[in-house]
Amino acid sequence: MKKHPNEPVPSDNSSIDLDAEFRASNIKEVLDKLDLELIGLKPVKTRIRETAALLLVDRVRKKLDLTAGAPSLHMSFTGNPGTGKTTVALRMSEILHRLGYVREGHLVSVTRDDLVGQYIGHTAPKTKEVLKKAMGGVLFIDEAYYLYKPENERDYGAESIEILLQTMENNREDLVVILAGYKDRMEKFFRSNPGMRSRIAHHIDFPDYSADELVAIAKLMLAAQNYRFSPEGEKAFGEYVRLRMKMEHFANARSVRNALDRARLRQANRLFEGAKKNLSRTDLMTIEAEDIRASRVFKEGAVDLDGDEGANNVSAGG
Amino acid sequence: MMTNIGNRLTQGQFSFLPPLTDKQISAQIKYALKNGWAIGIEYTDDPHPRNTYWEMFGNPMFDLKDPAGILAEINDCRKTYPSHYIRVTAFNSTRGVESPTMSYIVNRPKTEPGFGLIRQEVEGRSVRYTIHSYATDKPEAERY
Repeated sequence: MKKHPNEPVPSDNSSIDLDAEFRASNIKEVLDKLDLELIGLKPVKTRIRETAALLLVDRVRKKLDLTAGAPSLHMSFTGNPGTGKTTVALRMSEILHRLGYVREGHLVSVTRDDLVGQYIGHTAPKTKEVLKKAMGGVLFIDEAYYLYKPENERDYGAESIEILLQTMENNREDLVVILAGYKDRMEKFFRSNPGMRSRIAHHIDFPDYSADELVAIAKLMLAAQNYRFSPEGEKAFGEYVRLRMKMEHFANARSVRNALDRARLRQANRLFEGAKKNLSRTDLMTIEAEDIRASRVFKEGAVDLDGDEGANNVSAGG
Repeated sequence: MMTNIGNRLTQGQFSFLPPLTDKQISAQIKYALKNGWAIGIEYTDDPHPRNTYWEMFGNPMFDLKDPAGILAEINDCRKTYPSHYIRVTAFNSTRGVESPTMSYIVNRPKTEPGFGLIRQEVEGRSVRYTIHSYATDKPEAERY
């Protein structure tokens, strides 16, 4: 591409260096970080790249006086628990901020409780306050389908949705709304709220992780906490993940995190009880196979109940 | 008042300047947010200088990052009270300060009749002076 950086009046032939724009936005750094820190999630990454490209091209177009109005960037993230919806939302706000689409780039994460009030006249101010806080950034509504409760016609959720819709339409350049939740329930939610569906341009589905991806995630999580698997430990964890995936209440990366927390506990206990009192750095860092194999998943084929993998975790999104 | 040419209420910041545009208001709000001050919107139709406590429009706004939300609230207030005085205050909650640090008028009535000087004769030929807002001769909500 030819460079005409200071073209005074843009004509149809005037050009702009897309690569230079790309570098100037620092967007590559964020996308690379996304690739590095998020394992798998191919469709999600492709979608984010596409969105970033659209915004970048839009920005370049604006420089050549080809305005097209702000694109609607409200999104819906659907997927099982622990597939990285919140993490990607955080990254999304950073990307949108770098591209100058949102002014501040902060993420306000809310659920039904933060939006819907307890009595008549409570909902509107509550929702508006949250919206005001999210202005200039991204509003992340986790488990958005709880906003709408069709079985209770006096539920205040509908009022909240109404205000939300109005703001999503009128303050399009002030904030981006991301709705997240389980796929089937979100679809039901959108069916009963067609206004919401039509205002959300991007529907992104988060696939479940494969066993190998989960082990890779576990290694990343451990590295972040200055731990690592021994070769046998890694093998044991691979087996653990495969067993765990078949059990109930499996929450992808979140289950992995819980399992690792428990493995750390067992490692500390092993070191404490062990005969060796002179511990090296490696001793303190390494998670051995026995730390993993002590899990009840191996012994009884049951979920560890000391962690939060019980029923209380089923509805948690993210 | 006689010294107030143009009969404009001059209270708070920027009151001798032409009315602030929305862009200028946004910039002022941004400055307040940057300093971590909570912003409140207040209105009144009794502009006497000793009337310190104006009515609050909604709750004071804490933990905001961007002026867009506050500007929307200001415009809401303007729509509800088109001919009242509306001011924006920024409250500094730092221990030892704990008071408003900014206050400026963002909306005023079309005509401002101003204040009259009242002389009260008291004992011994001395005179007490006070000022009185012409607008407050009428009942509340009918003043402007």
